[in-house]
Amino acid sequence: MNRPIHEGLFELDDDGGITLVGGYSPTSGAHHFPLQPVCPYTGAADVQRVHLSREGTLWAWTAVLAPPPGYRGEVPYGFGVVELTAERLRIVTRLKEADPARLRFGQPMRLVPDELDGVVTWAFE
Amino acid sequence: MGVRVTVAGVGIHPFGRHEGVTNTDMGVHAVRAALAEAGDPPFQAAFCGTAYGGVASGHKVLGAIGRTGMPIVDVEAGCASGGAALQLAAGAIRAGQYDCVLVFGVEKMPKGIIRSSFFEPWREEAGLAATPAYFALRAQRLLREHGLTKQDLADVVVKNRRHGVHNPDAMFRKEVTAEEVLASRVVCEPLHLWMLCSPNEGAAAVVLRRAEGRSGDAVTLAAARLRSHLPGSVLGEATPLSGIDDTDIAPPSTLAARDAYEEAGIGPDDVDVVECQDTDAARELLAYAELGLCAPGDQRRVLAGRPHTINPSGGLLSKGEPLGASALGQVVELVRQLRGTAGARQVESARVGLAHTVGRGANACCVVLTR
Repeated sequence: MNRPIHEGLFELDDDGGITLVGGYSPTSGAHHFPLQPVCPYTGAADVQRVHLSREGTLWAWTAVLAPPPGYRGEVPYGFGVVELTAERLRIVTRLKEADPARLRFGQPMRLVPDELDGVVTWAFE
Repeated sequence: MGVRVTVAGVGIHPFGRHEGVTNTDMGVHAVRAALAEAGDPPFQAAFCGTAYGGVASGHKVLGAIGRTGMPIVDVEAGCASGGAALQLAAGAIRAGQYDCVLVFGVEKMPKGIIRSSFFEPWREEAGLAATPAYFALRAQRLLREHGLTKQDLADVVVKNRRHGVHNPDAMFRKEVTAEEVLASRVVCEPLHLWMLCSPNEGAAAVVLRRAEGRSGDAVTLAAARLRSHLPGSVLGEATPLSGIDDTDIAPPSTLAARDAYEEAGIGPDDVDVVECQDTDAARELLAYAELGLCAPGDQRRVLAGRPHTINPSGGLLSKGEPLGASALGQVVELVRQLRGTAGARQVESARVGLAHTVGRGANACCVVLTR
Protein backbone atom coordinates (compact mmCIF):
# COMPACT_ATOMS: atom_id res chain seq x y z
CA MET A 1 0.00 0.00 0.00
CA ASN A 2 1.31 3.43 -0.90
CA ARG A 3 1.94 5.86 1.92
CA PRO A 4 0.36 9.33 2.03
CA ILE A 5 2.64 12.13 0.82
CA HIS A 6 2.18 13.88 4.16
CA GLU A 7 0.38 13.00 7.41
CA GLY A 8 -2.93 14.60 8.31
CA LEU A 9 -4.01 15.88 4.90
CA PHE A 10 -6.51 13.15 3.97
CA GLU A 11 -7.87 9.70 4.78
CA LEU A 12 -7.78 6.79 2.33
CA ASP A 13 -11.06 4.92 2.43
CA ASP A 14 -11.63 1.17 2.22
CA ASP A 15 -13.57 1.61 -1.04
CA GLY A 16 -10.50 3.10 -2.75
CA GLY A 17 -11.70 6.67 -2.29
CA ILE A 18 -10.06 9.59 -0.53
CA THR A 19 -11.38 12.25 1.85
CA LEU A 20 -9.66 15.55 2.59
CA VAL A 21 -9.41 16.50 6.27
CA GLY A 22 -10.09 20.17 6.93
CA GLY A 23 -11.13 22.47 9.72
CA TYR A 24 -14.29 24.42 10.49
CA SER A 25 -14.66 27.25 12.97
CA PRO A 26 -18.26 27.98 14.04
CA THR A 27 -17.19 31.44 15.19
CA SER A 28 -15.65 32.25 11.80
CA GLY A 29 -18.31 30.35 9.88
CA ALA A 30 -15.61 29.21 7.46
CA HIS A 31 -13.76 26.06 6.43
CA HIS A 32 -10.05 25.72 5.80
CA PHE A 33 -7.59 23.11 4.49
CA PRO A 34 -5.31 21.58 5.66
CA LEU A 35 -6.57 21.30 9.24
CA GLN A 36 -5.01 23.97 11.50
CA PRO A 37 -5.19 24.20 15.30
CA VAL A 38 -6.48 27.78 15.00
CA CYS A 39 -8.74 29.31 12.34
CA PRO A 40 -6.37 30.87 9.75
CA TYR A 41 -8.88 33.62 8.87
CA THR A 42 -9.76 34.90 12.34
CA GLY A 43 -7.55 33.23 14.95
CA ALA A 44 -10.63 31.61 16.56
CA ALA A 45 -9.70 28.61 18.72
CA ASP A 46 -12.92 26.60 18.20
CA VAL A 47 -11.72 24.67 15.15
CA GLN A 48 -13.47 21.36 14.55
CA ARG A 49 -11.88 18.58 12.49
CA VAL A 50 -14.14 17.88 9.51
CA HIS A 51 -14.26 15.70 6.41
CA LEU A 52 -14.50 17.93 3.36
CA SER A 53 -16.89 17.06 0.56
CA ARG A 54 -15.58 15.33 -2.58
CA GLU A 55 -17.54 17.39 -5.13
CA GLY A 56 -16.75 20.81 -6.51
CA THR A 57 -16.42 22.94 -9.62
CA LEU A 58 -13.33 23.99 -11.54
CA TRP A 59 -12.31 27.55 -10.65
CA ALA A 60 -8.80 27.91 -12.14
CA TRP A 61 -6.46 25.62 -14.09
CA THR A 62 -3.23 25.30 -16.02
CA ALA A 63 -0.67 22.60 -16.80
CA VAL A 64 2.90 22.32 -15.55
CA LEU A 65 5.09 21.22 -18.45
CA ALA A 66 8.58 21.10 -16.91
CA PRO A 67 9.33 19.44 -13.55
CA PRO A 68 9.60 22.09 -10.81
CA PRO A 69 12.36 21.76 -8.14
CA GLY A 70 11.75 18.90 -5.70
CA TYR A 71 8.85 17.40 -7.68
CA ARG A 72 8.71 13.58 -7.73
CA GLY A 73 6.01 12.97 -10.33
CA GLU A 74 5.76 13.08 -14.10
CA VAL A 75 5.08 16.00 -16.42
CA PRO A 76 2.94 17.36 -17.81
CA TYR A 77 0.44 17.49 -14.98
CA GLY A 78 -2.69 19.51 -14.41
CA PHE A 79 -2.72 22.12 -11.63
CA GLY A 80 -5.54 24.32 -10.49
CA VAL A 81 -8.13 25.37 -7.94
CA VAL A 82 -11.42 23.58 -7.32
CA GLU A 83 -14.21 25.21 -5.30
CA LEU A 84 -15.97 22.68 -3.08
CA THR A 85 -19.68 23.10 -3.61
CA ALA A 86 -20.88 22.45 -0.06
CA GLU A 87 -18.21 24.43 1.82
CA ARG A 88 -17.49 27.10 -0.87
CA LEU A 89 -13.83 26.37 -0.07
CA ARG A 90 -11.25 26.83 -2.85
CA ILE A 91 -8.64 24.06 -2.81
CA VAL A 92 -5.28 24.13 -4.58
CA THR A 93 -4.96 20.77 -6.30
CA ARG A 94 -3.45 18.54 -8.93
CA LEU A 95 -5.81 17.86 -11.83
CA LYS A 96 -6.01 14.55 -13.68
CA GLU A 97 -6.46 16.43 -16.97
CA ALA A 98 -3.13 17.92 -18.13
CA ASP A 99 -4.47 19.60 -21.29
CA PRO A 100 -5.86 23.05 -20.34
CA ALA A 101 -7.86 23.21 -23.58
CA ARG A 102 -10.02 20.28 -22.43
CA LEU A 103 -11.16 22.05 -19.26
CA ARG A 104 -13.70 24.83 -18.73
CA PHE A 105 -14.62 27.17 -15.89
CA GLY A 106 -17.30 25.81 -13.56
CA GLN A 107 -17.24 22.21 -14.78
CA PRO A 108 -18.06 19.58 -12.11
CA MET A 109 -15.02 17.98 -10.46
CA ARG A 110 -14.62 14.96 -8.20
CA LEU A 111 -11.88 14.17 -5.66
CA VAL A 112 -9.73 11.10 -6.39
CA PRO A 113 -6.51 9.61 -5.04
CA ASP A 114 -3.44 10.24 -7.17
CA GLU A 115 -0.28 8.11 -7.13
CA LEU A 116 3.14 9.51 -7.84
CA ASP A 117 6.41 7.66 -7.38
CA GLY A 118 5.29 5.43 -4.52
CA VAL A 119 3.23 7.97 -2.57
CA VAL A 120 -0.43 8.97 -2.62
CA THR A 121 -1.77 12.48 -2.81
CA TRP A 122 -5.08 14.01 -3.86
CA ALA A 123 -6.30 15.23 -7.24
CA PHE A 124 -9.55 16.21 -8.93
CA GLU A 125 -10.94 14.82 -12.19
CA MET B 1 4.79 69.15 8.14
CA GLY B 2 8.09 69.18 10.03
CA VAL B 3 10.58 66.53 9.00
CA ARG B 4 11.03 65.85 5.30
CA VAL B 5 12.90 62.79 4.07
CA THR B 6 14.91 63.52 0.93
CA VAL B 7 16.85 61.35 -1.47
CA ALA B 8 20.44 62.59 -1.36
CA GLY B 9 21.90 60.02 -3.73
CA VAL B 10 21.14 56.88 -5.72
CA GLY B 11 23.29 54.15 -7.25
CA ILE B 12 22.73 50.93 -9.13
CA HIS B 13 24.72 47.93 -10.31
CA PRO B 14 23.27 46.78 -13.65
CA PHE B 15 20.76 43.91 -13.34
CA GLY B 16 21.80 40.78 -15.27
CA ARG B 17 23.92 37.66 -14.94
CA HIS B 18 27.42 38.47 -13.71
CA GLU B 19 29.73 35.44 -13.50
CA GLY B 20 32.45 35.84 -10.91
CA VAL B 21 30.90 38.98 -9.40
CA THR B 22 29.72 38.57 -5.80
CA ASN B 23 26.81 40.14 -3.95
CA THR B 24 29.40 42.16 -2.05
CA ASP B 25 31.02 43.40 -5.27
CA MET B 26 27.66 44.55 -6.65
CA GLY B 27 26.63 46.10 -3.33
CA VAL B 28 29.89 48.04 -3.10
CA HIS B 29 29.37 49.35 -6.64
CA ALA B 30 25.84 50.61 -5.92
CA VAL B 31 26.60 51.97 -2.43
CA ARG B 32 29.70 53.89 -3.54
CA ALA B 33 27.75 55.45 -6.41
CA ALA B 34 24.91 56.53 -4.10
CA LEU B 35 27.27 57.90 -1.44
CA ALA B 36 29.28 59.80 -4.07
CA GLU B 37 26.10 61.45 -5.40
CA ALA B 38 25.19 62.46 -1.86
CA GLY B 39 28.60 64.02 -1.22
CA ASP B 40 29.89 61.10 0.87
CA PRO B 41 28.00 62.00 4.05
CA PRO B 42 28.30 60.20 7.40
CA PHE B 43 25.27 57.91 7.91
CA GLN B 44 24.06 56.63 11.26
CA ALA B 45 22.34 53.41 10.14
CA ALA B 46 22.12 51.07 7.16
CA PHE B 47 19.33 48.75 6.03
CA CYS B 48 20.03 46.04 3.44
CA GLY B 49 17.32 44.19 1.51
CA THR B 50 18.09 40.63 0.45
CA ALA B 51 16.20 37.33 0.25
CA TYR B 52 18.90 34.85 -0.85
CA GLY B 53 22.04 36.76 0.20
CA GLY B 54 22.65 34.87 3.44
CA VAL B 55 23.90 35.93 6.85
CA ALA B 56 25.20 39.50 7.26
CA SER B 57 24.97 40.46 3.58
CA GLY B 58 24.83 44.14 4.51
CA HIS B 59 27.84 43.90 6.82
CA LYS B 60 29.90 42.30 4.06
CA VAL B 61 29.21 45.18 1.69
CA LEU B 62 29.95 47.94 4.19
CA GLY B 63 32.87 46.00 5.64
CA ALA B 64 34.43 45.96 2.18
CA ILE B 65 34.53 49.76 2.11
CA GLY B 66 35.44 50.31 5.76
CA ARG B 67 32.11 51.94 6.62
CA THR B 68 30.89 49.94 9.63
CA GLY B 69 30.18 50.68 13.28
CA MET B 70 26.62 51.91 12.79
CA PRO B 71 23.66 49.51 13.09
CA ILE B 72 23.39 47.42 9.90
CA VAL B 73 20.14 45.48 9.52
CA ASP B 74 19.37 42.93 6.82
CA VAL B 75 15.71 42.90 5.79
CA GLU B 76 13.85 40.07 4.07
CA ALA B 77 10.36 40.68 2.69
CA GLY B 78 10.41 38.68 -0.54
CA CYS B 79 10.13 40.80 -3.67
CA ALA B 80 9.43 43.82 -1.43
CA SER B 81 12.66 43.47 0.61
CA GLY B 82 14.16 46.72 -0.65
CA GLY B 83 10.88 48.55 -0.03
CA ALA B 84 10.76 47.19 3.51
CA ALA B 85 14.31 48.47 4.11
CA LEU B 86 13.27 51.86 2.77
CA GLN B 87 10.24 52.05 5.09
CA LEU B 88 12.40 51.27 8.13
CA ALA B 89 14.95 53.92 7.17
CA ALA B 90 12.37 56.61 6.42
CA GLY B 91 10.49 55.89 9.65
CA ALA B 92 13.66 56.18 11.72
CA ILE B 93 14.48 59.55 10.15
CA ARG B 94 10.94 60.84 10.68
CA ALA B 95 11.10 59.72 14.29
CA GLY B 96 14.23 61.80 14.79
CA GLN B 97 16.47 58.80 15.41
CA TYR B 98 18.87 59.49 12.50
CA ASP B 99 19.73 62.32 10.10
CA CYS B 100 21.14 60.20 7.30
CA VAL B 101 20.54 56.54 6.49
CA LEU B 102 21.92 54.26 3.78
CA VAL B 103 19.46 51.81 2.19
CA PHE B 104 20.62 49.20 -0.28
CA GLY B 105 19.69 45.82 -1.70
CA VAL B 106 21.78 42.99 -3.14
CA GLU B 107 20.85 39.70 -4.79
CA LYS B 108 22.20 36.82 -6.83
CA MET B 109 19.18 34.69 -7.69
CA PRO B 110 19.52 30.95 -8.29
CA LYS B 111 19.03 30.08 -11.97
CA GLY B 112 15.81 28.56 -13.30
CA ILE B 113 12.49 28.26 -11.48
CA ILE B 114 12.91 29.87 -8.07
CA ARG B 115 13.09 27.34 -5.25
CA SER B 116 11.89 28.77 -2.00
CA SER B 117 12.31 27.60 1.61
CA PHE B 118 8.79 29.01 1.97
CA PHE B 119 7.24 25.68 0.91
CA GLU B 120 7.25 22.46 2.93
CA PRO B 121 9.12 19.67 1.07
CA TRP B 122 5.94 17.60 0.55
CA ARG B 123 4.34 20.46 -1.37
CA GLU B 124 7.29 20.48 -3.75
CA GLU B 125 7.10 16.67 -4.06
CA ALA B 126 3.39 16.85 -4.89
CA GLY B 127 3.88 19.54 -7.54
CA LEU B 128 1.94 22.10 -5.49
CA ALA B 129 4.80 24.60 -5.21
CA ALA B 130 5.49 25.54 -8.84
CA THR B 131 5.77 29.32 -8.80
CA PRO B 132 4.97 29.96 -12.51
CA ALA B 133 1.88 27.74 -12.19
CA TYR B 134 0.51 30.03 -9.48
CA PHE B 135 1.28 33.02 -11.70
CA ALA B 136 -0.63 31.26 -14.49
CA LEU B 137 -3.73 30.67 -12.36
CA ARG B 138 -3.72 34.31 -11.30
CA ALA B 139 -3.29 35.37 -14.94
CA GLN B 140 -6.18 33.17 -16.06
CA ARG B 141 -8.43 34.63 -13.37
CA LEU B 142 -7.46 38.18 -14.36
CA LEU B 143 -8.25 37.54 -18.05
CA ARG B 144 -11.60 35.99 -17.15
CA GLU B 145 -12.75 38.54 -14.58
CA HIS B 146 -11.38 41.71 -16.22
CA GLY B 147 -12.26 40.84 -19.82
CA LEU B 148 -8.62 40.84 -20.97
CA THR B 149 -6.85 38.58 -23.48
CA LYS B 150 -3.48 36.98 -24.14
CA GLN B 151 -2.91 39.77 -26.66
CA ASP B 152 -3.02 42.24 -23.74
CA LEU B 153 -0.39 40.16 -21.92
CA ALA B 154 1.80 40.28 -25.02
CA ASP B 155 1.27 44.05 -25.27
CA VAL B 156 2.65 44.51 -21.73
CA VAL B 157 5.85 42.72 -22.76
CA VAL B 158 6.13 44.74 -25.97
CA LYS B 159 5.76 48.02 -24.05
CA ASN B 160 8.25 47.17 -21.31
CA ARG B 161 10.84 45.75 -23.69
CA ARG B 162 10.48 48.90 -25.82
CA HIS B 163 11.20 51.02 -22.74
CA GLY B 164 14.10 48.77 -21.73
CA VAL B 165 15.97 49.50 -24.95
CA HIS B 166 16.97 52.85 -23.47
CA ASN B 167 18.02 51.53 -20.04
CA PRO B 168 21.74 50.69 -19.81
CA ASP B 169 21.12 48.92 -16.48
CA ALA B 170 18.58 46.45 -17.98
CA MET B 171 19.32 42.81 -18.86
CA PHE B 172 17.28 42.72 -22.10
CA ARG B 173 17.63 45.71 -24.41
CA LYS B 174 16.03 44.51 -27.62
CA GLU B 175 12.48 45.28 -28.75
CA VAL B 176 10.10 42.39 -29.32
CA THR B 177 6.81 42.06 -31.20
CA ALA B 178 3.55 40.67 -29.84
CA GLU B 179 3.81 37.86 -32.41
CA GLU B 180 7.24 36.88 -31.07
CA VAL B 181 5.96 36.93 -27.47
CA LEU B 182 3.00 34.70 -28.34
CA ALA B 183 5.31 32.39 -30.33
CA SER B 184 7.68 31.87 -27.38
CA ARG B 185 7.11 28.52 -25.66
CA VAL B 186 4.24 28.05 -23.22
CA VAL B 187 5.49 27.77 -19.62
CA CYS B 188 2.08 27.40 -17.98
CA GLU B 189 -0.98 28.34 -20.02
CA PRO B 190 -1.77 31.28 -20.51
CA LEU B 191 1.80 32.42 -19.76
CA HIS B 192 4.51 32.12 -22.41
CA LEU B 193 8.23 32.31 -21.61
CA TRP B 194 8.67 35.93 -22.65
CA MET B 195 5.77 37.02 -20.41
CA LEU B 196 7.81 36.02 -17.34
CA CYS B 197 10.69 38.06 -15.92
CA SER B 198 14.07 36.43 -15.38
CA PRO B 199 15.38 36.06 -11.84
CA ASN B 200 18.89 37.52 -11.95
CA GLU B 201 21.55 39.53 -10.12
CA GLY B 202 22.05 43.16 -9.20
CA ALA B 203 22.25 45.81 -6.51
CA ALA B 204 20.80 49.25 -5.86
CA ALA B 205 21.36 51.88 -3.17
CA VAL B 206 19.66 55.04 -1.89
CA VAL B 207 20.93 57.61 0.61
CA LEU B 208 18.13 59.21 2.63
CA ARG B 209 18.66 62.49 4.47
CA ARG B 210 16.55 64.49 6.87
CA ALA B 211 15.52 67.97 5.73
CA GLU B 212 13.37 70.65 7.36
CA GLY B 213 10.37 72.23 5.66
CA ARG B 214 9.59 72.21 1.95
CA SER B 215 12.62 74.10 0.67
CA GLY B 216 15.24 72.59 -1.59
CA ASP B 217 15.34 70.91 -4.93
CA ALA B 218 16.00 67.33 -3.78
CA VAL B 219 13.54 64.54 -4.51
CA THR B 220 11.31 63.90 -1.49
CA LEU B 221 10.48 60.42 -0.25
CA ALA B 222 6.84 61.24 0.49
CA ALA B 223 5.86 57.71 1.56
CA ALA B 224 7.26 54.18 1.80
CA ARG B 225 4.66 51.77 3.10
CA LEU B 226 4.84 48.00 3.49
CA ARG B 227 1.81 45.78 4.09
CA SER B 228 1.26 42.05 4.35
CA HIS B 229 -1.75 40.10 3.07
CA LEU B 230 -5.11 39.66 4.74
CA PRO B 231 -6.02 35.96 5.02
CA GLY B 232 -8.42 34.15 2.72
CA SER B 233 -7.37 34.71 -0.89
CA VAL B 234 -6.31 31.41 -2.48
CA LEU B 235 -4.36 32.98 -5.38
CA GLY B 236 -2.68 35.77 -3.41
CA GLU B 237 1.11 35.90 -3.04
CA ALA B 238 0.78 34.13 0.32
CA THR B 239 0.03 30.96 -1.74
CA PRO B 240 -2.02 29.02 0.82
CA LEU B 241 -3.50 25.61 -0.04
CA SER B 242 -7.06 26.85 0.32
CA GLY B 243 -9.07 30.03 0.43
CA ILE B 244 -12.54 31.52 0.62
CA ASP B 245 -14.55 34.02 -1.45
CA ASP B 246 -12.16 37.00 -1.57
CA THR B 247 -14.48 39.59 -3.15
CA ASP B 248 -14.21 41.82 -0.07
CA ILE B 249 -10.61 41.01 0.86
CA ALA B 250 -8.31 43.84 -0.23
CA PRO B 251 -5.00 42.55 -1.64
CA PRO B 252 -1.75 43.71 0.04
CA SER B 253 -0.86 45.94 -2.92
CA THR B 254 -4.10 47.87 -2.44
CA LEU B 255 -3.48 48.17 1.30
CA ALA B 256 0.04 49.49 0.72
CA ALA B 257 -1.11 51.89 -2.01
CA ARG B 258 -3.87 53.35 0.16
CA ASP B 259 -1.40 53.90 3.00
CA ALA B 260 1.18 55.47 0.69
CA TYR B 261 -1.32 57.80 -1.03
CA GLU B 262 -2.64 58.92 2.36
CA GLU B 263 0.81 59.55 3.82
CA ALA B 264 1.90 61.46 0.70
CA GLY B 265 -1.38 63.40 0.56
CA ILE B 266 -2.02 62.44 -3.06
CA GLY B 267 -4.33 60.22 -5.09
CA PRO B 268 -3.58 57.91 -8.01
CA ASP B 269 -4.56 60.65 -10.48
CA ASP B 270 -1.67 62.80 -9.23
CA VAL B 271 0.91 60.21 -10.24
CA ASP B 272 2.92 60.90 -13.43
CA VAL B 273 5.17 57.88 -13.62
CA VAL B 274 4.88 54.37 -12.16
CA GLU B 275 7.30 51.50 -11.65
CA CYS B 276 5.20 48.44 -10.81
CA GLN B 277 5.74 44.71 -10.23
CA ASP B 278 5.77 42.92 -13.58
CA THR B 279 7.03 39.50 -12.46
CA ASP B 280 4.78 38.33 -15.24
CA ALA B 281 2.78 40.35 -17.73
CA ALA B 282 -0.52 39.66 -15.96
CA ARG B 283 0.94 40.87 -12.64
CA GLU B 284 1.43 44.31 -14.16
CA LEU B 285 -2.16 44.51 -15.45
CA LEU B 286 -3.47 43.37 -12.05
CA ALA B 287 -1.34 46.06 -10.38
CA TYR B 288 -3.06 48.81 -12.40
CA ALA B 289 -6.35 47.94 -10.73
CA GLU B 290 -4.89 47.17 -7.30
CA LEU B 291 -3.07 50.52 -7.20
CA GLY B 292 -6.20 52.43 -8.22
CA LEU B 293 -4.70 53.55 -11.56
CA CYS B 294 -7.84 52.30 -13.32
CA ALA B 295 -11.05 50.39 -12.75
CA PRO B 296 -10.89 46.61 -13.20
CA GLY B 297 -11.23 45.94 -16.94
CA ASP B 298 -9.93 49.37 -17.95
CA GLN B 299 -6.29 48.27 -18.15
CA ARG B 300 -5.91 48.84 -21.90
CA ARG B 301 -6.16 52.61 -21.40
CA VAL B 302 -3.33 52.54 -18.87
CA LEU B 303 -1.34 50.16 -21.04
CA ALA B 304 -1.55 52.76 -23.81
CA GLY B 305 0.20 55.22 -21.47
CA ARG B 306 -2.79 57.30 -20.39
CA PRO B 307 -2.45 59.19 -18.16
CA HIS B 308 0.53 57.55 -16.46
CA THR B 309 3.73 56.14 -17.93
CA ILE B 310 4.23 52.64 -16.55
CA ASN B 311 7.64 51.02 -16.12
CA PRO B 312 9.76 53.47 -18.13
CA SER B 313 12.84 51.53 -16.91
CA GLY B 314 11.59 48.54 -18.90
CA GLY B 315 10.28 46.89 -15.75
CA LEU B 316 11.39 43.54 -14.44
CA LEU B 317 10.56 42.09 -17.87
CA SER B 318 13.54 44.03 -19.25
CA LYS B 319 15.72 44.36 -16.16
CA GLY B 320 15.20 40.92 -14.63
CA GLU B 321 14.45 40.51 -10.93
CA PRO B 322 17.09 40.42 -8.18
CA LEU B 323 14.63 40.27 -5.22
CA GLY B 324 16.53 42.32 -2.63
CA ALA B 325 17.49 45.00 -5.14
CA SER B 326 14.43 45.28 -7.37
CA ALA B 327 12.36 47.70 -5.25
CA LEU B 328 15.32 50.04 -4.83
CA GLY B 329 16.05 49.74 -8.55
CA GLN B 330 12.57 51.19 -9.08
CA VAL B 331 13.39 54.04 -6.70
CA VAL B 332 16.63 54.76 -8.58
CA GLU B 333 14.64 54.98 -11.82
CA LEU B 334 11.97 57.27 -10.36
CA VAL B 335 14.54 59.59 -8.76
CA ARG B 336 16.22 59.97 -12.16
CA GLN B 337 12.84 60.57 -13.80
CA LEU B 338 11.92 63.27 -11.26
CA ARG B 339 15.34 64.90 -11.58
CA GLY B 340 14.91 64.93 -15.36
CA THR B 341 18.10 62.91 -15.90
CA ALA B 342 16.57 59.73 -17.37
CA GLY B 343 17.97 60.40 -20.84
CA ALA B 344 16.18 58.79 -23.79
CA ARG B 345 13.51 57.28 -21.52
CA GLN B 346 12.68 60.55 -19.74
CA VAL B 347 8.97 61.03 -18.98
CA GLU B 348 8.15 64.66 -19.69
CA SER B 349 7.69 66.94 -16.65
CA ALA B 350 7.39 64.06 -14.19
CA ARG B 351 6.75 65.38 -10.66
CA VAL B 352 5.19 62.46 -8.80
CA GLY B 353 6.39 58.85 -9.01
CA LEU B 354 4.93 55.63 -7.57
CA ALA B 355 6.93 52.42 -7.07
CA HIS B 356 5.23 49.11 -6.30
CA THR B 357 6.56 45.68 -5.40
CA VAL B 358 4.66 42.59 -4.25
CA GLY B 359 5.68 39.01 -3.62
CA ARG B 360 6.23 36.12 -1.30
CA GLY B 361 4.96 36.49 2.24
CA ALA B 362 2.77 38.04 1.08
CA ASN B 363 4.47 41.43 1.15
CA ALA B 364 3.61 44.53 -0.84
CA CYS B 365 5.32 47.91 -0.72
CA CYS B 366 4.39 51.24 -2.28
CA VAL B 367 6.76 54.18 -2.44
CA VAL B 368 5.80 57.74 -3.43
CA LEU B 369 8.50 60.17 -4.58
CA THR B 370 7.84 63.83 -5.39
CA ARG B 371 9.77 66.84 -6.60
